[in-house]
This record gives sequence, structure tokens and C-alpha cells, in this order.
Amino acid sequence: MAIISRGFAGRRSAAEDKLPPGQYLTTDFPVLSAGPTPRISLDRWEFTIDDGSNVLKRWDWNSFRELPTENITVDLHCVTRWSKLGTSWEGVSLDVLLADVKADLSYAMFRSYGDYTTNLPMKDVMNKQAWIAFKFDGADLAPEHGGPARLLVPHLYLWKSAKWVKGMTLMPHDKPGFWENLGYHIYGDPWKEQRYSDE
Amino acid sequence: MEGTAVLGRVTWRTATVVGRHDETATARTLALAVHDWPGHVAGQHLDVRLTAADGYSAVRSYSIASAPNSDGRIEITVDRLPNGEVSPYLTQEVMVGDELEVRGPVGRWFVWIPEQVGPIQLVAGGSGIVPLMAMIRSRASVGSATPFRLLYSVREPGAVFYRDELQALSSQGDSVIVTYAYTRVTPKNWPRPAGHIDAESVASGTWPSNLRPTSYVCGPTSFVEHTTDLLIAVGHDRERIRTERFGATGEQK
Amino acid sequence: MNASMNYLDGNAAAGELSRIFAGDVTSAEGQCANCGANRRFAEAHLYMQCPGLVARCALCGHVLLRFTNVRGRVFLDLRGMTYLSVEAAQQESY
Repeated sequence: MAIISRGFAGRRSAAEDKLPPGQYLTTDFPVLSAGPTPRISLDRWEFTIDDGSNVLKRWDWNSFRELPTENITVDLHCVTRWSKLGTSWEGVSLDVLLADVKADLSYAMFRSYGDYTTNLPMKDVMNKQAWIAFKFDGADLAPEHGGPARLLVPHLYLWKSAKWVKGMTLMPHDKPGFWENLGYHIYGDPWKEQRYSDE
Repeated sequence: MEGTAVLGRVTWRTATVVGRHDETATARTLALAVHDWPGHVAGQHLDVRLTAADGYSAVRSYSIASAPNSDGRIEITVDRLPNGEVSPYLTQEVMVGDELEVRGPVGRWFVWIPEQVGPIQLVAGGSGIVPLMAMIRSRASVGSATPFRLLYSVREPGAVFYRDELQALSSQGDSVIVTYAYTRVTPKNWPRPAGHIDAESVASGTWPSNLRPTSYVCGPTSFVEHTTDLLIAVGHDRERIRTERFGATGEQK
Repeated sequence: MNASMNYLDGNAAAGELSRIFAGDVTSAEGQCANCGANRRFAEAHLYMQCPGLVARCALCGHVLLRFTNVRGRVFLDLRGMTYLSVEAAQQESY
């Protein structure tokens, strides 16, 4: 039984109605990393979609930036308990990237520069739920926040929004990524507080 | 006996604050009486856990500042970080009589024990002085004559921890040789302009590499990397340089 | 020198890793499975500001070890190290 520290409250403010359970509001934008910030030059950058055997689609930075984009405002919920509301991004919808992709595979593993991975059901990255975002708050996405481009899947915990994303591998079955195979929930719905794999 | 020592490191123990005093405008030393404290060696640190009434908890590591002893009392020196979650609480809220939970001590690499062959070089960046001070105090408490030098880099004169004690030690025979380096503001009539440690400060403030000292470098990560590069550049073996990096472990920004 | 110095070192993981390792892990020698570098775990670059701890080889950046602590259960992935070695006779005598 832990000893309660007199007068200690941590960083949190009073509970907010709009937040998922167990979250607190922040006005900062915390930087949490599993490694050094990758520095990817735009002439090297690419985003590929493959099915494990074949590359189905590939964009370099120029062709990627020719795709139609959207401006979106979303809330972010990190499993480490901070939430940041009303964040503005510009990005390319996964619906656009997947438009001509014909594959009957129900899951995807997103891969990042710097060896991070995270898995998602295809039904969660389609239908206006996911973007490859390259601008935050009107400016180019900073490297420490995932620039040049990151995945953004705001309806799930932020570890699913892979920074420095470089591609997605379509797969028939769900497989755990970097944190999912080390105790974190395979799906990660903040509104059901699906933080850990024993939920 | 050995079983107890192993378990002791994993469990959280109750520590009662029995004293506190300020080292600088932002740093405070807390004296703790720890229930069943197994003892420690100089350089080790412990984890402190704070728990809010709703069960939310935060854990941070702090180096033990005091010399090894057998009376179950230890000291930690906490520097208040501007956006910290735990350090403002420990440096401004905690009162004598309060209880904290601690785990440890941990670490057997970044430690100095009196049986070691010298000479010993200590290099501190800011709050990195804390574990090195435990080594200096350990040396004094056993009356060791092992040659010790300390190169202590701080922003400005007011940022020096343990100033009086270091001064007193410097003036004794068999003493620790202390050299200060100031990165932002120097004392009046200081012979060098303010700036980060460089090849010249290493040349004048540390044991020459041919003496093959064991070095301990502690401070922020960038300080440790920079200093280690400088020591290697003047001929010190990497294997004889032990490092401990300090930094915020709560969320940044 | 790393441009973004957002890491600590193996010393900072000692407390958490004491939940799994009975002996001291900081003085343990480890070999990176990627580049073969042989270093003390204390010297590994440690990333702690994320859902878990990630220790990386100071030389090549390869992930040596991953650790999470979820509701009192700890998970450890050591695949990035060829081995981790401690002196068998190490006693915790103070």
C-alpha cells in the first residue's frame, strides 16, 4: 500500500468532462521518444504500401505533396495520460493513399524511420479516420514531433500515430507492433481506457 | 543475509524527512531517516516515489549525497527544474516529518569505494556534483589519502552546491583539489571568461592522462558527452571513464 | 555527438530493472547484437520518456533492451543483446 504524499497532486488539473478516463489536459506538446530523432532528408523520404511480398504503391516527397490534402482539428490522447485538445494538422488522408490499392488484407503494420512499428485494423485507418500529417499548427511538422511526416489516428491512443512514418505493410492477421508486444493493448481505444494488454 | 539484500532493493521503504536545508536558490538537501536502510556506497542513487490521494504516482531518481554510514540516515540534494513535476514538490513543499517512499540504493558501476586504486578524477556539470560529493565525503570519512581532483562546472557562483564544505576540504592537507569552471557568470576578477569546459579547462583542471586516473563524469547528457570527448582527446582511456547522465525523466515541453 | 540529447544512460534504469534483475545491471557487460560492441550497461543510451524504457547501443543506436511496467507487471525484451554478463561472485556488501 503506497504512502500518500501530503499535498502532492502531480501535473494534473481538475477533471475535464471532454477527456477519456484517466487523462489530464495539457497545453504543452510533450515529446516522448524511444530513440534519437531521425533526420530524414526530403530527397530520401518515401512512403510505401506493401503486402509483405510486393510493393503496391510508393510516393517520394514530391509525388506525396501533389496529393490532395485536408486541414483537420483533432484531440490527442497519450497513454502516459496527457491529452491535448483542438490540435490543427494538415495531411493526406489514408483514404486517398489507399484509393487504388486492391488487397483483401484486414490489418496493417505501420513502419517508421528509426525502427518503430505499430499495428492497426484497416477499418480504423479508412473512412476519414487517419492521415499522414506533415504540418502542425500551420507550420512544417518539427522533427521531434515526427516530421517530415507522421501517421495521425486520433481516435486511438497516440502511440498508434507513428512518428517518422515511412510505410505500411498490409497483413491478413493482426500482429503486435513495438509497444503492443510489450504489454500495451493491441487496439488502444482511449474511451474504453484500453491501455494495456490485460484489459 | 544475501536474500534480504536482494529483496531490499526491490521494495519501497518509508523514509521520514528529518532535516532540510538549501544549497542554492533552487537546490535543497533533504535528510532522510530510512526504515531498514541497507547502507550504500558512494555514487549510488535511489528512486523516490510520490503518490497523490487518487493513487496517481510519480517516480524520480536522485543520487545520494551523503557518505556511507551505518545509522540509516542519508541525504539527497534535489535541484528544482522549472517545469518539473516532482522537484518543485521536494524542494518547496516537503516538510520535516513528512514521509516519502524510496527504493534502492542502486548502481554498482558509477561508484567509488576506498579500496580502489587512484588517482581519481571527478568532473561535475551542475547538479552532477551530487554523487561525486558522496565520493568526496566517503573519502573524508575513512581518512583516505587517495589523490582526488574535482573539476566542477556551474552556471554562476551562486549555483555551487556544498560551497563551504568544498572550501574547507580544499584548504586541508591531503585534500581534494577543486577547480571551478563557470559557464555564464564568473566571480569578479576571474582569470577566464565564462564558457563551457574546453581543452584548456581540462588541461588545467584534471589529472594528466599519463597518470591513468579513473574518471567519473556526471551531469546533463550534453555535458557528459562533451566532457568525455575532451578527456579522450587528451589521452584518457574510455574504459577508465565512468559516466552518469542526468536529465528530466518526466515529460518534456 | 548526438544532435538531440534526449537520452540518459543505463544508470537511470537501475531502479526499474531491479524488478527483474537480482544483481546490479549497470555494471553488467553486454554485447550489442547488431554491431558487436561490448560495453557496460551503464553506458547504454536510455530513452525513458515514452510508454516504456528503451536502451540503445551507444555506438550504433540499435535497440538493446525494451522494458515496460504496466500495472505492476513488467515486460522485458532483450533480443538486441547477444549477451548480458555479470560477475558470478558479486555480493551486495555495504
